[in-house]
Amino acid sequence: MLTFLRDRKVRDILWQVAATVLMVAVIWFFVQNASENMVKAGIASGFRFLWRDSGIEVPFNITGYKPSDNLLALLWTGIVNTLLVSAASIVVATVIGFTVGLLRLSHNWLLSTLAGFYIEFVRNIPLLFFVLFWYFGVLAALPMPRGSYDLLGAIFLNRRGLSLPTPNDVTGLRLALLVIVLLVAAQYGLARWARARQARTGRDFPVWPVGFVLCGALPLAALVAGGMTTTWDMPVLRGFNYRGGFVLVPEFVALFAALSTYTAGFIAEVVRGGIQSVRQGQIDAARALGLSQGRIVRLVVIPQAMPVIIPPITSQYLNLIKNSSFGAAIAYPEIVAVFMGSALVSTGQSIEIIAITLAIYLVLSLAVSVFMNWYNARHRLVVR
Amino acid sequence: MKGAWFQGLRQRLFATPVDAAITLVCLYIVWCIAVPLVQWALLDATWNGTSREACKADGACWVFIRARFGQFMYGQYPDPQRWRVDLVAGLCVAAGLVLSWRGLPQRGRVTIATAIVVPVLGILLLHGSWGTGLSLVETREWGGLMLTVFITIYAGLVAVPLGILLALGRRSRLPLIRFFSVVFIEFWRGVPIITVIFLASLLLPLIMPAGFDVDRLARAIVGLAFVIAAYMAEAVRGGLQALPEGQAEAAQALGLGYWRIQRMIVLPQALRIALPAMTNEFIALFKNTTLVLIVSLFDLLGIAQAALADPAWVGMNMEAYVFAGAIYWFTCFAMSQWSRRREKRLQAAYGR
Repeated sequence: MLTFLRDRKVRDILWQVAATVLMVAVIWFFVQNASENMVKAGIASGFRFLWRDSGIEVPFNITGYKPSDNLLALLWTGIVNTLLVSAASIVVATVIGFTVGLLRLSHNWLLSTLAGFYIEFVRNIPLLFFVLFWYFGVLAALPMPRGSYDLLGAIFLNRRGLSLPTPNDVTGLRLALLVIVLLVAAQYGLARWARARQARTGRDFPVWPVGFVLCGALPLAALVAGGMTTTWDMPVLRGFNYRGGFVLVPEFVALFAALSTYTAGFIAEVVRGGIQSVRQGQIDAARALGLSQGRIVRLVVIPQAMPVIIPPITSQYLNLIKNSSFGAAIAYPEIVAVFMGSALVSTGQSIEIIAITLAIYLVLSLAVSVFMNWYNARHRLVVR
Repeated sequence: MKGAWFQGLRQRLFATPVDAAITLVCLYIVWCIAVPLVQWALLDATWNGTSREACKADGACWVFIRARFGQFMYGQYPDPQRWRVDLVAGLCVAAGLVLSWRGLPQRGRVTIATAIVVPVLGILLLHGSWGTGLSLVETREWGGLMLTVFITIYAGLVAVPLGILLALGRRSRLPLIRFFSVVFIEFWRGVPIITVIFLASLLLPLIMPAGFDVDRLARAIVGLAFVIAAYMAEAVRGGLQALPEGQAEAAQALGLGYWRIQRMIVLPQALRIALPAMTNEFIALFKNTTLVLIVSLFDLLGIAQAALADPAWVGMNMEAYVFAGAIYWFTCFAMSQWSRRREKRLQAAYGR
């Protein structure tokens, strides 16, 4: 009777229809309940609430947000704060991660063991632990403003946060930045010219030492010169607190410290794995050709390790951005804390607010995975 | 013998002057960290006593941990009922021992039966009431390490089967099934876990029929389980992809149906390959249980955090953090070592 069920095509269609019907039924059931419950609770749906005044205080913002602004401005402040702490942590995590990953491969047994300790320590403890630890364990134990730790008499660290001087006038610094851009462009051109000449005549040009001066020493000099000609707004102790300059709140410092040291442990493992994936034969062959140690690393190891390293490191960056939401636990005003927390409590528009928050993170994730696919596709062609 | 040892030491630590300098700097750093730490945690520490006053000023006050040990383990679970938690823990250990016995007959079926019976028994025992004759202990009284382990196990029990199904769905021939699986996986992987726990605790009561109350703990577990299932699915997919096509094709040629092929041929091999990645996800789950703090459930870290607010024990931050951190560290480290050992053994056995 049911012989038509033995036909594979029929069965394929039936399975898919069943799955679709099930999905639609489940979603319909939830939506139905939600709308009923919302009517009962008297919640109006829609996104018009976003233009209402927020009335929510955000202690740390660089967007110039005031409580009299609307909720959209509040959301924007949250996004900026998320990106701010993420960007700062990504830079530092990358630096620590690459350093520790390379140290892990050191020939010096003590050095590689210490790097291994760091990696195992960081990876086996929850991130929330580190966030709370930095906030309540380390920063809360810092001295009061009167006994601040100071660096060069300009940067002060105390229980209320990290006070930094700010420039009153940015012309000098802008000029320095322009000089740096020009220097980097010059270095790029020089490297191209040197490579072309090397290919043509076989003559070498010391690109790296020159580059060190062009992109390292001169920019530093430019920055110092720019800084010298600028007047600075210095943090000064007045009464019980530092006034002037810019204060990085302890929430920021704690979240930044936790995120960067934690993610660094994962990046270190990625770097180690990437470098170890380059076969020893490649290095031996390069040595047999008479390449110097520096060139082996630059021309043989790094080009082969990078395609292995970049995709997982990108997903670590993405994880870090998502993990910046842990700031909500110590009330750092990022998206989740200000929007899913404060704004949701004050408006009660839970579905809309959750949808917006998730959408922001999904867009970020999507952008990163699009990049990753593009990168993978580009590099698959080059593979031997 | 001694000479060789000395030679090795020299090569690994003092091969060149630069190496020697690095070694000395490292030793100095270790010294600077280790000495105060040992002084604080062991030499100057106070172990016995009943109150804060018993503690010396400049050492760790382990009296605090001893006084609060019960809370760290069981949260607010009522004292006379704590044997129930111990019993469930014993049950889990016994189940684990039985399942790790290699000569176990009907292994697959026993595993599935245990994975259903023990958790149900566990909930009945811990929660009480529901016709068991035990007194009711509401989930808001649960806490400490017990809650951490409970969430990990129950979220894992949902996440592993769901993850396997999603992984199969993502590799299915049928485009719609594939589409649903991909959307589910990418959605949950794309958002922070903290938002998912928020979402579960806010939305679950809203999307359920009126009067149907979802327990707060259950909400958090559902939220965590969905996210971990999505990650688990990717781990399993790695295993599925590593398996040669020929395995499934050969089984098909023998006339086996889809589910039988998956159950008898594909999954046993793919899961074995995916096990290290799956263990990593399990470790991540264990670490992420700490996020239930956001919805005021007090797991081990939450209890440690809450203990800091006790006026009778002001300034015990370090002791509480060190104790909680050590438990997390040892558990995660043990899990990752176990998976590494297993991986090596399998590599040796299969010559991969």
